[in-house]
Amino acid sequence: MSAAYILFRRELALAWGGGGGPLLACGFFACLTTVVPLAAGGDPNVLKPVAAGIAWLALALSSLLSLERLFERDLEDGALDLLATGPLPLEVVFVIKAVSQWLATGLPLALTAPLAALALGQSIELAPLTALSALIGGLGFAFTGALGAALALGAKRGGLLIAVVVLPLFIPPVVFGSGAIDRAAAGLSPLSALALLTAYVLFAAVIAPPAGAAAIRSAQG
Amino acid sequence: MISTLSITDLRLARGERTLFSALSFAASSGEAVALTGANGAGKTSLLRAIAGFIRFEAGDIAFRDADDEPIEPERARAHEVHLLGHLDGLKGARTARDELMFQSQWLGHSHDGIDEAIVTLGLKPLLDLEVRKLSAGQRRRLGLARLIGSPRALWLLDEPLSPLDARWREVVGAMMARHLADGGLILAAVHDPLPIPTRPLDLGAGR
Repeated sequence: MSAAYILFRRELALAWGGGGGPLLACGFFACLTTVVPLAAGGDPNVLKPVAAGIAWLALALSSLLSLERLFERDLEDGALDLLATGPLPLEVVFVIKAVSQWLATGLPLALTAPLAALALGQSIELAPLTALSALIGGLGFAFTGALGAALALGAKRGGLLIAVVVLPLFIPPVVFGSGAIDRAAAGLSPLSALALLTAYVLFAAVIAPPAGAAAIRSAQG
Repeated sequence: MISTLSITDLRLARGERTLFSALSFAASSGEAVALTGANGAGKTSLLRAIAGFIRFEAGDIAFRDADDEPIEPERARAHEVHLLGHLDGLKGARTARDELMFQSQWLGHSHDGIDEAIVTLGLKPLLDLEVRKLSAGQRRRLGLARLIGSPRALWLLDEPLSPLDARWREVVGAMMARHLADGGLILAAVHDPLPIPTRPLDLGAGR
């Protein structure tokens, strides 16, 4: 068995099992999207145009929830030292952790997103696109989120710091993701917005690992 | 495999404060060094510096293999060094078996190593328990298991015996003696003497 597979299996088990992981994120997401109609009134004419935007905002916020756990716990209990003395460079460890985070949080959220959008009055034809864009965007959230988690390592009240560092970085996927759905709703092709969303994810996947690994090394020193 | 560790004129600082300077020593295959010193003298920091976690201010830490060829520090860290301190990296919610398998496999396990670790450290009755249910001594034995489960030449240990009772101290002593006989090196920060012949290295009074 390769070291990458061994680590991936463990990280996935920890992300799924530890502290409610996916259920917590999905529950939070469902709560947020339920509160909006209650706050803004149940008028479908008001909700329908902003359904995609609200769904994406809720996605971004829900993706923040488990980020604090991603590296902070490993730093506190020494697991990060163990990972650093392993055969893989920290950059690869970072990628494996981000991908596990995506599978444990982004994937369940992407499955919940169409339901929430439906509840907000979005038409059902848009459900597959909502799920797809949430799935792609979730990978971007995982990489930038993991970078924020690594940067906040060792800080007091790290969870809040992560949110402040990471939320501005979540703006592009929110814009492109909800843009793709809006375009499809208006009868246009969503491909250009999806391409921009994918480009953002690729950019995050290239930038985040070296920066995150450097942040981890400095936290360990 | 690392056969010598040599440290020359090492200066280590934490923040503004210099822990020690001009520290030189060498250890080679089959030797155990007992690192002593008051609290805050820099024992843990020295171990972490050797493992590559702390950048030192001056001097050099070098690893050489049996043919006296230098080993890159990154390579040594990735394949040849065990660092075991107060923080063992064990996850409370997972079973002892999961954690033992993961730690040993991640660090590069040998075929029989994991079974041998279970037998040597008497872990069999603990394997199905969650790590958080273990006592401090049991947890330390589980932490120590990766030393056998994954054969690496240089053991950097921080207070390895502190939570163990007399019986298990003896067992771990025997484990260390076997590692040395196999050509390994041990550098251990200790307050109580280790149950094996060691070379002392005192870091002084600290603060």
